[in-house]
Amino acid sequence: MWNELAGGALIGLAAAVLWLGIGRIGGISGVVANLFLLRQGHRFWSLYFLIGLLLAYPLYVYLVGTPDMQITNNKVVLVVAGILVGAGTYIGNGCTSGHGVCGNGRLSLRSIVATCTFMAFGMLTVLIMNNLPYSWDV
Amino acid sequence: MYKLNNTVMKMITPLVSGILFGLGLLLSGMANPAKVRAFLDVFGDWQPALIAVMVAAIAVFALAYAFSKKMKQPWFHSIFHKPSLTALDARLIIGAALFGIGWGMVGLCPGPALLSIMTGQEDVLIFILALLLGNRIAHISVGPAK
Repeated sequence: MWNELAGGALIGLAAAVLWLGIGRIGGISGVVANLFLLRQGHRFWSLYFLIGLLLAYPLYVYLVGTPDMQITNNKVVLVVAGILVGAGTYIGNGCTSGHGVCGNGRLSLRSIVATCTFMAFGMLTVLIMNNLPYSWDV
Repeated sequence: MYKLNNTVMKMITPLVSGILFGLGLLLSGMANPAKVRAFLDVFGDWQPALIAVMVAAIAVFALAYAFSKKMKQPWFHSIFHKPSLTALDARLIIGAALFGIGWGMVGLCPGPALLSIMTGQEDVLIFILALLLGNRIAHISVGPAK
């Protein structure tokens, strides 16, 4: 419980630093689109944000230890899910960070609706996958 | 000198934000796909602990956002880039729904996915490449929201 609260506070702090420092919303799907779809004028901060995000991993391993990260090895599930996440966050203009943290923190109606939608569909997807007579290795 | 400092701070600010963000994702368990899927498994063996991540993150950012309303401009930049979209349209719902399905399938959202590149796991790299492909497909087929 404390790890979750402290981790969440760190995520909120990260978004706060970005907003108060350079006036940008800390949305990762935005960062991805800025960098990989080559959006003019947004690449600069997005690149430094991505470098920071990647640096966090070795720093965490050094400070705390190797984190537990269990992921499916079902290649079809990985590819289909990856495409859905990449397309869905582009179409809906945000993900768990941009809508889930920043948008909800701003009390944006769009973000509240988006968050309820992706949470509901995420829960529904897990419910269906876990109850089908097929082992997904997830 | 002021201008030079601003240029440096425009690099350091997102760098520090990225590091804090990544540490938060790892400490909270948001970067563990199995934990995220257990959190979404509300009708099965539900592990609700990740709610605390959302609550804490939203609370901290909400405070910062309220504070920013008293500021004329950000510390190291000329304007706040407030999101301009306000409409509740089909596009928002469809996009969020597609994202939710993909998130539920594997348990990775974009932040933890990018961060997980550092583990060098083949499965993560496959997911990331598919994510970039999906991003590109959406960009070509529907284009940016207006």
